[in-house]
Amino acid sequence: MDLNYIIAILAAGVVAGTPILYASLGEVIAERSGILNLGVEGMMLVGAVSAFYVGTYTDNKWLGLLVALIAGGLMALIHAVITIVFRASQVASGLALTIFGTGLSAYLGRGLVGIPPTSTFKAVAVPLFSQIPIIGDIFFKQDIMVYLSVILVVILWFVFYKTKIGLLLRAAGENPSAVDALGHNIFFVRYAAVIVGGMLAGAGGAYLSLAYSPSWIENMSAGRGWIAVALVIFAVWDPARALLGAWLFGIIASLGLHLQALGVMIPSNFLQMLPYVFTFVVLVFTTRETKNRRSGTPAALGIPYSREER
Amino acid sequence: MNLKLLGNWEIKKTNSSSALKKFGISLTSIVLGLIFAGLFVLLTGKDPLKLYSEILQSSVGSAYGLSETLVEMIPLALCSLGVSLAFRMQLWNIGAEGQFYMGAFGATYFALFFSNLPILVMLPLMLVASFICGGLWALIPAIPKAYWNVNETISSLLLNYVAYFWIAYLVYGPWKDPKGNNFPLTKQFPDSATIPVFGNTRISYAIFLLLIIAIAMFFLIKYSKWGYEIRVSGSSRKAADYAGMSYVKNVLKVMFLSGAISGIAGMAEVSGVLHRLQQTISPGYGYTAILIALLARLNPISILLASFLMGGLLVGGFSLQTSGFPSSMVSMFQGSILFFVLAGEIFNNYRLVRKKA
Repeated sequence: MDLNYIIAILAAGVVAGTPILYASLGEVIAERSGILNLGVEGMMLVGAVSAFYVGTYTDNKWLGLLVALIAGGLMALIHAVITIVFRASQVASGLALTIFGTGLSAYLGRGLVGIPPTSTFKAVAVPLFSQIPIIGDIFFKQDIMVYLSVILVVILWFVFYKTKIGLLLRAAGENPSAVDALGHNIFFVRYAAVIVGGMLAGAGGAYLSLAYSPSWIENMSAGRGWIAVALVIFAVWDPARALLGAWLFGIIASLGLHLQALGVMIPSNFLQMLPYVFTFVVLVFTTRETKNRRSGTPAALGIPYSREER
Repeated sequence: MNLKLLGNWEIKKTNSSSALKKFGISLTSIVLGLIFAGLFVLLTGKDPLKLYSEILQSSVGSAYGLSETLVEMIPLALCSLGVSLAFRMQLWNIGAEGQFYMGAFGATYFALFFSNLPILVMLPLMLVASFICGGLWALIPAIPKAYWNVNETISSLLLNYVAYFWIAYLVYGPWKDPKGNNFPLTKQFPDSATIPVFGNTRISYAIFLLLIIAIAMFFLIKYSKWGYEIRVSGSSRKAADYAGMSYVKNVLKVMFLSGAISGIAGMAEVSGVLHRLQQTISPGYGYTAILIALLARLNPISILLASFLMGGLLVGGFSLQTSGFPSSMVSMFQGSILFFVLAGEIFNNYRLVRKKA
């Protein structure tokens, strides 16, 4: 296997990891506020279909991305209302959102199957940086949404650990009654976090339909939303580790696709299983690890907040 | 509650809720769910009422539609009984889809490779195989859950994809029917591996199996000691530990049985309806089963009723394809109904009372 081939696999891995990265970052935000949202898969699908629809008919990928953000946010709003106002089980509500999003996207996309895209995110080499040997080929000859995802990681890291908003967000997931006692509106924080989380899941979907494989196919996220949720645990709710995890995952996935081309005699269906098996194994080991270190999980994650039951 | 728009009404917590009230809330949830989903249909310029009447027509509007609804009800109710058992213990087994596939796999193995067995040996053998395969598949997420508290929701779901590709491997590869024109399906089962059907419908005798399992589940949960342990462990692990119940053992046992019942559903489908294994054995039974279990509040008898409803919706969905709609849009109705079922739960635990002056 020559170096160029390895570089190609790694570069493809970054691309494959990007939709999962967006969705994971969104889920990190939501979970940090104390709300688990298992609707990521559904929000991604709705994001993907609306991005493709708007992007293709207006000939403007940016407009497509914008609408995907809005669609993802609106989907998340449903989850927020059910879990915050009605205090329903977050697991069940998230599942409902995924089921709903799968059906809604199939319905909205029924006329889009097989239509060629008109405006897509294409690779843009970053001047100077793309000239760096190896690194340049892997990281700096990507599309704009890849660059944006890295910038987003930096921003989120800064907001989480260096600003008051970040402190408030983390406190909402750790000790909501303390946040409430200090006079902050815990419900507002959670609404905002869940909605922003949904917007990013929508962006992940937009990446699928406008960059990764520009098209609309029913169920095109194929479990990536779930992998994103699992990745949050691997990332210990940290944006920088989410980046690492998403790329690692993407590389495994792209390796799977390339193994056959390399003449490895494994049936393709087993290679298709690889990402899910890998995620399963990672989930088991990281949970054991975080359990031993007694850190990571926001303490109030999954628990509805109610003033009267303080 | 943080609601100021209630005027001189307030929300009080109640502990009991009558069966009639529960039923009323469920029914209202379904109606509101259909209205909410209908809004999306309306927004895209289609007539939701026309769509719904078409669904109703095709599912319960004719003897054929009704019989097809019963055909769909069998796998739905079995999977739902499976997941509801796990839900009782607060175990979010959402891997019924994969457990269904693995059950179908186990049953198919005997149908294909021991095809000379007489029917009275073959069918029980297939049943046991599907039971074990489905159960073992559910144990894979159960073990890490029991010992290290690994999130079973995500892990059980991830395995659905693995099971799906495993079946894909078989029907595209070693188990493909050589005379099947290259379609991804196995050869047809021998008659001895086929569950008989009623008259000229597609409803198989597996419906008796379903009724037996539903009744057994009812007694297990309500009257057995183990059922009691499951309920206690589900409401509080501390209480269960204190009473000397082994949480770890119960997680493993409950998850195994939960997966095993979904496995049986897989057998009932390949042996009773399709008579072969193929890639498309499920339009998402394992996912719809979750909705049914929650809609039925985990009650085995209500699950039968809810499965009939959702079976009808599924049959209606298939018929929508002829009008150019994807059958998977049924998930939109299902998800929407589930939203309102979940939101409606609060009215079971709380009720509106007029404030005293």
